[in-house]
Amino acid sequence: MAVLIDKSTRLIVQGLTGREGTFHAKAAAAYGTQVVGGVTPGKGGTTHEEFPVYNTVADAVQHTGANASVIFVPPPFAADAIMEAADAEIALIVCITEGIPVLDTMKALAFMKGRRSRLIGPNCPGLITAGQAKAGIIPGHICTEGRVGIVSKSGTLTYEAIHQLTKLGLGQSTCIGIGGDPLIGTSFIDALELFAGDAQTEAVVMIGEIGGSAEQEAAAWIQAHFAKPVVGFIAGQTAPPGRRMGHAGAIISGGKGTADEKMAALAAAGVTVVKSPADIGAAIASRL
Amino acid sequence: MKIHEYQAKAILARHGVPVPRGEVAFSAEEAGAIARRLGGGVTVVKAQIHAGGRGKGGGVKVVKDATIAEETARQMLGMTLVTHQTGPDGRKVERLLIEEGVKIARELYLGLLVDRAAGCPILMASSDGGMDIEEVAERDPDAIRRVAVSPITGLAGFQARQIAFGLGLAPAQVGKAVKVMQAIYDTFVATDASMIEINPLIVTESGDIIALDAKVTFDDNALYRHPEFRDLRDLAEEDPLEIEASKFSLNYIRLDGTIGCMVNGAGLAMATMDIIKLAGGAPANFLDVGGGATAEQIRNAFKILMSDHNVKAVFINIFGGILRCDVLAEGVIAAVKELGVPVPIVIRMEGTNVEQGKAMLRESGLNFTTADTMGDGADRVVALAR
Repeated sequence: MAVLIDKSTRLIVQGLTGREGTFHAKAAAAYGTQVVGGVTPGKGGTTHEEFPVYNTVADAVQHTGANASVIFVPPPFAADAIMEAADAEIALIVCITEGIPVLDTMKALAFMKGRRSRLIGPNCPGLITAGQAKAGIIPGHICTEGRVGIVSKSGTLTYEAIHQLTKLGLGQSTCIGIGGDPLIGTSFIDALELFAGDAQTEAVVMIGEIGGSAEQEAAAWIQAHFAKPVVGFIAGQTAPPGRRMGHAGAIISGGKGTADEKMAALAAAGVTVVKSPADIGAAIASRL
Repeated sequence: MKIHEYQAKAILARHGVPVPRGEVAFSAEEAGAIARRLGGGVTVVKAQIHAGGRGKGGGVKVVKDATIAEETARQMLGMTLVTHQTGPDGRKVERLLIEEGVKIARELYLGLLVDRAAGCPILMASSDGGMDIEEVAERDPDAIRRVAVSPITGLAGFQARQIAFGLGLAPAQVGKAVKVMQAIYDTFVATDASMIEINPLIVTESGDIIALDAKVTFDDNALYRHPEFRDLRDLAEEDPLEIEASKFSLNYIRLDGTIGCMVNGAGLAMATMDIIKLAGGAPANFLDVGGGATAEQIRNAFKILMSDHNVKAVFINIFGGILRCDVLAEGVIAAVKELGVPVPIVIRMEGTNVEQGKAMLRESGLNFTTADTMGDGADRVVALAR
């Protein structure tokens, strides 16, 4: 069953004709995803690597019946791309772009209020349902269909978790990279809510990092509402305060947002918290 | 991006926020001349460093005339200022803000920042001006007034009035305070700020409302829209190695340990620091070489790591998703051959073409230690750094 994306998803790529867009459109199609076209303003009516190109998302939806879009558009134009997809009533919008000004993301999120779209990201690796379909940059070949859902703020750390689960023969249902920006469309709680209703997902790996309080909010929600086993890891246990650790959102400010407080909140909510990222897979195995 | 108080005040003033008259000085003579231009009366000499807590550290002095201002400036310039935000090494004072003294009736706090949970800017205010807002939040959270600002409409007049009346301002000052708050919000939007803090915002004895201190931080992601901010960067406030790394677009933060780290992805780079600590070592840095690290980037990364003389061993931890392990191995071998890296290198890689990559490392004739897991790699590199 899995969540958000599967074989029936009809995906378009905004920014298809760029280097990244082209590479990942082909990789998604090769994984089995129905990539039905792309959008590059001014190149409508042409085809690119056998994908039809449209000038606007609305055109693409009209001609292809697309219900998901993955965005590989440079930062100055990415928030606009999100709003265009939401305006065309794309159900699932996945924004990979890193480096969007936070005030732009804020406007895009305000624009989306009351509309029917869900945004994953920005500044995320996207998502994949093992054995079915993917939107984004998570490598398909490290996944195997299985029982564990992943929700994570980080890209390569997600791949680590996927790899560990694959090696242990547990596999994955859907892996969702929610992104490392301070403002994002889909929270840990949103993703956990989806996993709660998914029969294929028997346990969840949750990977957080320093900065903000999304992990603490998720911990409270897990305690009250989530019955499946959760294994948590928080990156940045050794990060110095006041420094931005790569991701725009990964910063301890005013003494808040430390790994310690997040790990304590998760542990108190019954989550198995691992100190070492190497122990994620084994911890899941012990909870299943 | 952080800027100095005098730069922040100049920007705020351009958007209509009242600030005390003043200028920046780089020498005692300049400081004296500015104090005389300001009228030669009560003068404030303020050290300009990118850290708070300057008053307690001796970086802010109120003096009674221009001659003493010049003398104070002479003592302050070149001194190392240690505050709770600078760390034990402190910061060298190289610039001063020379301001006219103002008579304070009340000290307030005003802050504006993007609230992650609310997804919009939040304007915060309290009557405890001059205190750290974190302290106030801990001691008496109800003393802080907050309004959530809609990014579509901006700060509404009624919201600013709610804050102003809530602070207990006299009706005659409410109008002035509302104007100041709206000017601060305008500055926030126009400059793509991620934080503006006015602490204290004061009511003067004559009833004016003035930003007595100012801290403005810009959103790094939006700097492309503001090329004029490039001149506001103070390289003396940054680590030389971090400046060098930024020229190569490397995401590098210097720490004080002995194990140099080279990792792809910010989350994995943080996790690598964590696992080194768990193994009993200390990371010398955070370094994210990016998802598609090229041979050129790996070479640049080695150059930066080797410029840090605390580094006793290097840990390369790469998950090759899109980046293939054989390409990575080729880059590492080429860089090490060219640069002659004098410390032990432990490589843990996983993912696409990992066996091929490992074979290349083994056959290179260079002294690499390979590890099968992150934990194993951390143990090995910690042992080698001893």
